[in-house]
Amino acid sequence: MSALTVSNLCKSFGGLHVTTDVNLNVEPGERRLIIGPNGAGKTTLFNLITGEITPDSGSIALFGHEITRVPSRRRPHLGMARTYQIITLFAQNTIIHNVSLALLGLSPLRWNPLIDLKRQGHIVERAHAALARVGLGHLAERPLSQTSYGERRRVEIAMALAQNPKVLLLDEPFAGLSIDERHDVHELLLAIPRDVTMVMIEHNMDVALEFAERITLLHFGEVIVEGTRAEVVADPRTREVYLGH
Amino acid sequence: MNGRVIGLAVALVALVTLPYWMPGAYYINVTSQILFYAVFALGLNVLAGYGGLVSLGHAGLLGITAYAVAYTLQAGLGHPFAILVALVIGLASMAVYAVLSLRATGIGFIMITLALGEIIWGLAYRWISITNGDNGISVHTRPEPFDLSLNSPTAFYYMTLVVLLVSLVAMTVFVRSPLGAALMGTRDQPRRMNALGYHVWAIRFWACMFSGLLTAVSGILFVYYNQFISPQALDLTSSAEVLLMVIAGGAGTLLGPIVGAALVVIVKSVVSAYVTRWNMLLGAIFVAIVVFMPEGIVPGSARLWRAARRRFAPAVKPATKSGARS
Repeated sequence: MSALTVSNLCKSFGGLHVTTDVNLNVEPGERRLIIGPNGAGKTTLFNLITGEITPDSGSIALFGHEITRVPSRRRPHLGMARTYQIITLFAQNTIIHNVSLALLGLSPLRWNPLIDLKRQGHIVERAHAALARVGLGHLAERPLSQTSYGERRRVEIAMALAQNPKVLLLDEPFAGLSIDERHDVHELLLAIPRDVTMVMIEHNMDVALEFAERITLLHFGEVIVEGTRAEVVADPRTREVYLGH
Repeated sequence: MNGRVIGLAVALVALVTLPYWMPGAYYINVTSQILFYAVFALGLNVLAGYGGLVSLGHAGLLGITAYAVAYTLQAGLGHPFAILVALVIGLASMAVYAVLSLRATGIGFIMITLALGEIIWGLAYRWISITNGDNGISVHTRPEPFDLSLNSPTAFYYMTLVVLLVSLVAMTVFVRSPLGAALMGTRDQPRRMNALGYHVWAIRFWACMFSGLLTAVSGILFVYYNQFISPQALDLTSSAEVLLMVIAGGAGTLLGPIVGAALVVIVKSVVSAYVTRWNMLLGAIFVAIVVFMPEGIVPGSARLWRAARRRFAPAVKPATKSGARS
């Protein structure tokens, strides 16, 4: 059974077809890279998969379980987590609070108006563990507004990992990072165990190619090429899309 | 023991002993007004401050509870029943108000709440068979909990003080709770909260209900204090006034709405006795607040205090961490 199955997915905004008949089959534990030029519909595809946008037609299944009509807020509870290309964090709060919110999102405690969040030992411990995993354990109490861009990227990943997802969608996790930071994040992603299936959008070919096992090339909302790393890199259509005629 | 704790302790002692040092019943009554407006402002602050949902129709909700008390008493039923009816009707109205206005956020939310507030005001003004129209309804007696008469200014003051303190404790608990953290999350990053598995609409709905509860409680105090309710209490000016209390004191802070309520009530009731153009003075104060401390009096003065300490006392050993977290 596939971890993530996207079948005949279509979405248009008015006359603009942003996703046209996209099929995607990601096996459990796989590392899938989605590439394509600007405007190819990569982030839209993620938004469709996470349910932030409703598709016009087609279906999405998570481990064989049809989720096309499941509200986006339910999907994290089914094991789907994502990071954002544009960092979307809680700037007024500390790093540990950001990660605690990610953990709380899946806990029934999130409806509780009476207990003190800071005293919920198991949430605080797991938040610290998630931060340690991305190498930010020592900055837990720092307000997010006082952190660097690279640290925020890692907070994003820590929040996704804290939710213990089965399928992790990473939207340009290397965007805007320095070479050193890129290296750190790369190491971090390589260390994620195989029980997490990962789908990544990335422009940065040097790190991304190393990460990917299979690659899907999107262009104008359509899948142009799909295959193993070597196949896609060698395919003339890849060169055409990326380098022009 | 830091400065904040000492300050709060001093304020509490001052409030508890207030009837003994305040010159005259008039000023005790003014303080009672500050306290129940503070409960009202705390209620609005749940939405405007912590939820990022600015409501411009809250006076309507306060009015519905006040009318519910007055109408039930007029029908010849007792105080406990009137208060119960008012709470139920207040919360039910809030639920309808929330379902209608939570279809939007931002400007849309403001406009819907403004319209709802005006509708409620219109009903109070025109549905004469229930509200007695412009003449309003008088409430002839105050309740006597545990055989304690609330007719004297001092007794009513202590009652109001207890209610405010309970409301403040409830707010403090809520703000520290997971649901409170979730509400602030939906204010700052609603899309992210949804992607993390939160039901953003439901969180906002429950915040509305908590806000509605505090509003209803303040409405009950309001009608028993004035022993009268008329449409004027529900108009847009009243809704704007309580919003100004929240913003002037510090939206999204625990003590800000209380300070804001004190500011507005003191200028309206006390300063207006000496300054004819007190409305202009209030306007000038708000302009000054917006210019010098746009975050509100409570967080703003904390910030200016810290800045002043850094500026004028650089000789203090820099290693000491100032415990001035607001």
